[in-house]
Order: sequence, then structure tokens, then C-alpha cells
Amino acid sequence: MTVNQSGWRPEMNAAQGAGASPTVTGNRALMLEEPLIFEIGSADRTGVDFADAPAVTSRLGGLERSEAIGLPGLSEQETVRHYTRLSRQNYAIDLGLFPLGSCTMKHNPRLNEKVARMPGFADLHPMAPVSAIQGALAVIHELGEWLKTLTGMAAIAMSPKAGAHGELCGLLAIRSALEARGDARKVVLVPESAHGTNPATAAFCGYKVEDIPATPEGRVDLAALEARLGSDVAAVMITNPNTCGLFERDMKKIADAVHAAGAFVYCDGANFNAIVGRVRPGDLGVDAMHINLHKTFSTPHGGGGPGSGPVVLSEALAPFAPLPVVEKDAQGAFHLVEEETADVHHASSFGRMVAFHGQMGMFTRALAYILSHGADGLRQVAEDAVLNANYILRSLDDVLDAPFGSSGPCMHEALFSDDGLAEGFSTLDIAKGLIDEGYHPMTMYFPLVVHGAMLIEPTETESKAALDQFIMALRSVAARAKAGDEALKGAPWFAPRRRLDETLAARKPKLSWAEESLAEAAE
Amino acid sequence: MRYLPLTDADRRTMLDKVGAASIDDLFVDVPAEAQLAGQIEGLPNHASEMAVERHMAALARQNMAAGDVPFFLGAGAYRHHVPASVDHLIQRGEFLTAYTPYQPEIAQGTLQMLFEFQTQVARLFGCDVANASMYDGSTACWEAVAMAARITKRKGVVLSGALHPHYAQVVRTMAKVTDYRIAGALPAMQPAPDNAGLTARIDGETSCVVVQYPDILGRLPDLAEIAEAAHAKGALLVVVNTEPVALGAIKAPGEFGADIVVGEGQSIGVGLQFGGPYLGLFGCKQKYVRQMPGRLCGETVDAEGKRGFVLTLSTREQHIRREKATSNICTNSGLCALAFSIHMTLLGEKGLRDLAMLNHAQAVKAAEKLSTLPGVRLLNDSFFNEFTLILEKDARDVTRTLADRNILAGVSLGRLYPGEGTLSGGLVVAVTETTSDEDIDALRAGLKEVLA
Amino acid sequence: MSRYFTEDHEWVDVEGEIATVGITDYAQSQLGDIVFVELPDEGVEFEKGADAAVVESVKAASDVYSPVAGEVIETNSALEEEPALVNSDAEVEGWFFKLRLTDTSELEGLMNESAYAKFVKSL
Repeated sequence: MTVNQSGWRPEMNAAQGAGASPTVTGNRALMLEEPLIFEIGSADRTGVDFADAPAVTSRLGGLERSEAIGLPGLSEQETVRHYTRLSRQNYAIDLGLFPLGSCTMKHNPRLNEKVARMPGFADLHPMAPVSAIQGALAVIHELGEWLKTLTGMAAIAMSPKAGAHGELCGLLAIRSALEARGDARKVVLVPESAHGTNPATAAFCGYKVEDIPATPEGRVDLAALEARLGSDVAAVMITNPNTCGLFERDMKKIADAVHAAGAFVYCDGANFNAIVGRVRPGDLGVDAMHINLHKTFSTPHGGGGPGSGPVVLSEALAPFAPLPVVEKDAQGAFHLVEEETADVHHASSFGRMVAFHGQMGMFTRALAYILSHGADGLRQVAEDAVLNANYILRSLDDVLDAPFGSSGPCMHEALFSDDGLAEGFSTLDIAKGLIDEGYHPMTMYFPLVVHGAMLIEPTETESKAALDQFIMALRSVAARAKAGDEALKGAPWFAPRRRLDETLAARKPKLSWAEESLAEAAE
Repeated sequence: MRYLPLTDADRRTMLDKVGAASIDDLFVDVPAEAQLAGQIEGLPNHASEMAVERHMAALARQNMAAGDVPFFLGAGAYRHHVPASVDHLIQRGEFLTAYTPYQPEIAQGTLQMLFEFQTQVARLFGCDVANASMYDGSTACWEAVAMAARITKRKGVVLSGALHPHYAQVVRTMAKVTDYRIAGALPAMQPAPDNAGLTARIDGETSCVVVQYPDILGRLPDLAEIAEAAHAKGALLVVVNTEPVALGAIKAPGEFGADIVVGEGQSIGVGLQFGGPYLGLFGCKQKYVRQMPGRLCGETVDAEGKRGFVLTLSTREQHIRREKATSNICTNSGLCALAFSIHMTLLGEKGLRDLAMLNHAQAVKAAEKLSTLPGVRLLNDSFFNEFTLILEKDARDVTRTLADRNILAGVSLGRLYPGEGTLSGGLVVAVTETTSDEDIDALRAGLKEVLA
Repeated sequence: MSRYFTEDHEWVDVEGEIATVGITDYAQSQLGDIVFVELPDEGVEFEKGADAAVVESVKAASDVYSPVAGEVIETNSALEEEPALVNSDAEVEGWFFKLRLTDTSELEGLMNESAYAKFVKSL
């Protein structure tokens, strides 16, 4: 026998070792610390190569920038490494379940990305002559037709850039309609459980915002609403299903009462995922509703944006829709109605809300998604979304308090409160404990109407196995919070960062890198 | 169906668990008359990836992609070469499919990137601070006007005539629900921006003066003069920049004392995308930071003393302040901000300056070649990578004719200011590092034919 | 000098026609770490109950109301650098603003120290 010449003698006993010691790099194996580009880059490094610019007589009018700008550069390889390392410090849908209520964090199909990047879409200038962009206008038109059909509404405004922007669009249309009637009104009614953008948008439009109370069953109090309606109320903003995850059973009655009082119904469409393909908001009397393409229609969240918030409109509000509008003529050609022809076709439009035409990159993605699912698939989306949420509700309502759990099923999201947690333990502790278990926390402290609210929306793209594992993890963390496990107070223990000092960040805002570090500045 | 992981067996098991006989039991709260009995009629059923791709590719083919033809369109959206790494990095799932960084412990990737982005924007603009992005330049412009009104408590808004007309329209639309008085104008067709005309419109009721730099005709206004005039009357100077590459060659707005600087960041990293998603940039002086709309990322430390980043000064925003928020904005343009930041990092200061000089040099060459054509006159004294030609024919007709000949000649003033006869000969031509000498020759030849 | 309290947890010290206003220790404990205080401008006149100041924690912004009518004559500039003073010493160093009172009879509706202590216990 020849004895082992390399000297490498594997033995499992050796793997016990004496215990971990801190590393000199601060790295922990695959979890790598990464400095700022300002700390590793320099003004003379670059990751691009340009030909030299030919010498010309400058036409910059003496405004040449002489001072250093302070922008570091890195080689391509260092750039790739920098951002790859940063990316690994993020949780993402591609990694795991995101139980965020009202966010609809569903899988973002990669076909969408491929389609959006086709040069015929991506490399297109918005102001090119209409003859050169017929395919792009066709996409906007086709998506608009799908959204109108799915919602049962007469018209659609495609240009709003996000949900809040869509809310603004809807309220501006309502305001214009009332002005056209010579009936400017001053008040908008908003449930206390509404997303913050609702009252913020109404206040911006010059309305006084008043709360609509909820019943003990977590829904809009119809009687209270009817009592409050009057000639000073311009609109009611309703989310349906609402932010407690419940369908507003009285929606049609609410809409009828609102219309009888001469006002309009704005519906926040953030929760459309629960009813798409099964219920049409138009049948419920809605006058305007924004649709978050980055929620129901799978366009990616991208770490906070971009979104897209087209708004479907009723017959009554259609004339006031913003510019531009995409139209198809009898010959099948597409037109873009901008300011110049608005006088003829859209004389009552309230105007333009944004430069150019809207979030084309999100339109191509959403259309690819809609075509992939089709009418049958979209209906299944709502059904699976609702089933998954109810499965979560019933798998957890013995360990966590579900304030509306006993009155019936939820829709696409399940709501729990902090009732029953040990003294001194809160929803925040459960959230941070869940991080260690490998999950992004659920939506916390929203809606405001439930104490210590925990709102969980799994979406339809989670498998049963994924739900079961999430349930197991949350059961464990909830049990620890009810038993008063002190270790939970220090969570998260295993994330790239422990709990961060948000008080310091707000007291001494440091919003830009400077040579001096925060620690030095604090001295 | 490929995006629905539940099997029929799963559904049965889960329905049992929740005590429902069928899925319809879970929709019991929806009144029967509101529920559709079956799937919506008139819409097709699900389709394979291949079928969807084919359908979308057919629509894409009906468009004239900028890279396929001589291309000279600008007017607020510019075509630049984006390095290959940018798109690969933004498609990493941990960036693409991440959420807003409200749970900072597991979002340091997004947060550190935003901190770097904010710093890059602030330095590019010459501002003290910048936010974590807005929807686009036009809505950022409106937000700047609203912010100036909040700070000065005045109602008058003076818009330069050479501000992008879409931006001016957005300001007018939004202002309808306020009591602001918006005073705009048409661009003066002079070789230099009409500073005298602009400053004459500023008075003691003006909250802000909004100036675009470079302007819609590509000219470079003297911001020092405007800043002085505005500040003398107690008004703020808002500068709008729709081509950030220009700031690699010309002085930053902050150097002139601009109070708020907003812009469109699309040029860097984002691409043309037929108008969206784009990237709103927003910077201002330190003393105004609490009046700034949008998300802000700040530095802090964690429980072990390690440096980290969090969203901060959140009490300005809608999810806390509700009716009293500085803006209703929630979503930003995060992934586009990432693309911008990566591209900027790859460029670095030297790269940005080189890129800017390439743009300017190519534009100077193009202006020289085109203005020697009979029937063509160059308007601008100064420009960066965009200038205005005055044609002896209707420029809009010219762009349509040339498009039919596969040349995208520029944006006509007739398209930007429909019905304004005095502007109808104006053609705004953008030239970048992606514009070749052959492209310029093709445009020249095309114009020569059409103007003959 | 006498101190009065409101049901919204403001305290007001009165000396002659000058009133000093702040928030109570109970209030600061409910708010958590204070990060910013938005104070009124000097010279502004308030009616009783008007929005006078805003006190912010990381996650909330709470309105502070003027317990009595008056004109703002001074604000506590120390709070600009150190909002944490409201946490550490709400009832002395953490004062918000001083008013010149217009109507001392408005004080009659306010609570004294023991009445406020009882009120807090009932919450």
C-alpha cells in the first residue's frame, strides 16, 4: 500500500473545534460586509471605456464644471462584486414567503422581464411619431381593455405612476365632475382602517377628511355612513376587500347611498387580488378604482418601486380622465390624444398628470402576466389567494388572537392582534423573531383599528409546503412571545444587522456620506 | 398553470382544514348578485410562455426601436449606452423582488444602495441632501413647487417659458386644487434664454422660480442671475435638469445657490422605455430637509455598534402623517435608482466627464454639419447635447416624413407646443455618444431631401 | 407660581401674565424616544386648544395644543439640538414655549396636580 502522500487526512472529530472566534474581516463565511462606494472607489477609477472625444470648440457658454464632483468609480469587476454582496443582504420574494398584508408579494415571473426588454419596447422614445410606435400603443390599449373588462368599468386612465398617484387621479376626476355640475363639495369620508395614502391624497385635493366608523365585525358602518352623507360630501374612499381582509358585504348599498347623496365612490384597489375574475367592482357601484400593477399583476417591487397605478373609471367620470389617452380607430390604427386634440375628443379632461405616457415597462410586464393566466387563470388566482389566507388563519387562530376570525372566513389576508402576548411583549418582538426564522415580517401595526395588528397575505403563489413551514415558524415565535421568552427581545440575532437605532437616525439625520463618520460626529 | 403551485389535492386538503366544502364557501361574504357565475366572457384562457412571447414580440416588431435607425430624439428622455453589467445586477432576485426596506435588518442591500444613490445625486446636483427618488422628473418638479409654497407661505409660481411643456402642464394640473397662481410662458425663440423676461415676472408674492437647465431648446441659462433675482425678492430658485449627463460638463445648479434641484434620472442606467418607468431626482438645501417629500435613507448603528442604514424622518410621510403629510407619495422608483447608481459607479467621475465631453463634441459636430444646410438655421448660442434647428418648413411634418423613411429626426416644437404657429419651424435635436457620424450624415441627407 | 394640567397631557406654569407650556412625564413615556419637536414661531397668537406644536417620535407625530389663549413670546431653542430633553426632563428643562396670556380665566377649567394624577390613573 502506498501511504497518503498529500498529507490531507479527513476526520470528523476535528470538526468540533474549540468554538467560533470573531473574524478579522468582520465577514461570516458567505455573509460579507461591504463598505460604501465612497470608501472603496475613487474619482479616477472607472468601469467603462470611451473613445477620446474629438476636439471641438466648446459651446458650453463658459459654464464648464471645474470643481470636483465627488463621484467614485470602480472597475466592472469591483462594481459587480459590490452590488452582488449588497444584494445578499436583502430578503426577497425569490428567497421566501413575504407575508405582507395588502402588498400582494406574489412571484414575479421572469417572462415579464424578457418581454419588457424586447428592444421594440425598451428602446423606444415616447415622443416618436405615432406611426413609429403603433405596437407600443397597442400594448397600452390591450392592457386597458383587459383591466376594464376585469373590473366591469367604462374607461381607464393609464398614466398614473403608482397607487397613490392613481388615487390622486381618481379624486381629481371626481372633483372635476362635481365642478362641472356646479356642485363643489368639501368633505371626503375615509375609514379609519384605510391606508395612509387615502387621507393624504384627499387632503392634498383640498378636501376635509372625516373618519367613517367601523362595526364590531370590522366593516364600514353603513348606518353611520348614511347618517353622515349630505350635500357637503364629495366622495367616499373604500378599500374592498378592506384592510382587515374582509369583504364589505354592504358595498352595493354603500354605493347606492353615496350616489343618492350626489357623491362618488372611490375604491382603493390594492386588494383586488382577492376578487379578480370573480367580482367586478363596476357591478358594485364603484366610480373610480386604481389598480396596483405591482400587486395584483405581478410587476416587481424592486426594493420600493417603480409601481404603476392605472385607474378604471365609470361612465360618469370617464370624460374627466387625464391626458394622454390611447385610442383605436375604426381601421385599427392607434392614436395618442395629447393636449392638442383634447379639445375635440376629451374637452373635460382635467389635464396631464405626468410627462409622457405612463409606466410602459410595467404595462408590458402586466400584459404578459395577464395573457399567461388568461380569464380562467386569473379567477384561479383569486381563489387560491383566498384559500391560502384562510388556511393560514385557521392554522394560527388557536395561538394568535384573530379579532374577526369567529365571524366567518377572511378574504386574501388574515388579521391578528397582540392580545394574549406576555406582559412587555409586542407585535414588534414577534416580527423580529420571525426574521431569525428566515422570513420577512408580516405587516405590523396596520390597520390602526386593531391593537398590535399583524396582517398576513400569503398570495396564491405560495405552495402548501411553503405555507406549512411558515405556519410552523410563526407558531413557534408566537408561543415564545406568549411565554415571555426574553431572547425574543434581542431578535433578530442572525440577520446581517441586529436591531437598528432609528431614534439616532431621526435625531441626527445623516443622509449623505461625508468624510467624517457618524461615530465621530456624535462625539 | 405555471404560476399556481397548489394542486387539486392540496386544495382539497386545505378546504378540509378550514372547514369549507368548496371555495365558494370562502366567498360567502360577497353578495350573490355581485359574484360572477363563471369566468369573465370575451377574454382568452391561459397561454404558454411561448405563445405569450410570440404575441408580445409581434407587437414589439411594430415599433421603430431607436437603435435600429438614425435617432435624434431628446426633449426630456435621452438615449445613452448602458453598460451590460447594470441590467444583470438589477435583475438579481434580491434586488428585483425585494420590498420597500421597512424592516432594515434584512434590507441593508437596498438601504446601503439608497444611501449611496442619495449621495451621488446630491453631489451631482450640488445640493446638501437628496431623497431616495420620486416617480419621475415632472412629478418631482410639481413636488418642488409645493415644497417652495410650504416654505415661503406664498402663492405665486413663476415657470420659465423654456421649462418642458409636459412639466409645466403637470404643475398646472396639480395646482388646480391649490390656491397657487401659476405664471408660465412660451419659450422665447432667441439664441440665449430670456433671463430678463423671466426675472421681470418675479415679485414679493413669488414662492419660487422654476428654471430648466439645460432648457427645452437645449440652451444653458445663466442661473446666477436668476438666483440673485429670486432671492432678492424672497423667492426660492427651483432648477430642473432633464439630462444629468450634462452635469458632467457644466456647473451644478447648487453652485448657483439653487434651493431645490429636481430632475429626470432616466439618462443614466434606465433607458428610454417609451416614457416609463423613469426616475425622479430631488435635492435641496439642508435647512429644508424636513419639508422634503419622499423617502429618505439615513445612516445609523445597530445593537452591536455596526454601521447600518434605515429609512428615516418618516414622520413627513403619508403612512404616519396621513392628512398632514408633505406628499401622498408612497412608492418610489427604487429599481431605477439602483440602475442609476450602478451606472454612475461604473462611470465614476472621470467616466462621467468623458461621457459628457463625448456627448458635447458629437453634438457640436452635428450642429455644424446640419446648420450648413439651406433652409436650416441653428438657434442656440450655447448647448450641451441638444439644440434647436429652425427649419423653413413645418418641423412636425418633416419628422413624420422622415419617420416614414426610417429616420427619427428629433422632437418638433409643433409636437411640444401644438397650435403655436410661431414655433412650428423648431426641431429639437439630441445627440449622444450613441449617435454615429453615419447617423448624422443620414439625418443631413434626409433633411436636405425633405427641405428641397 | 402655579401649575395646571390638561386632559391632553400638557402642563402650564403661570407667573403673572406669562405661561410656560410643556408636556407631562406621562405623555413622554407614552411617546417613546422623541426625535424632533416642531415649535411655533414667536409672535404667533393661539386660541385655547389650537394646534401649537408637534412632537415626533420615530413612528408617530403627536399634536400639542395650547392650553390657553395667548401670544408666543419665547420657544425653547434647546429642544432643537436635543429633543431628548423632553424624555429626560419633560416637566422642567423640556418646556416647549412661553405665552403672554390674554385671558387668565381660561385657567379655571384646567386640572391641578392631584386631579391630573387621578386622571392619569384612570386611563
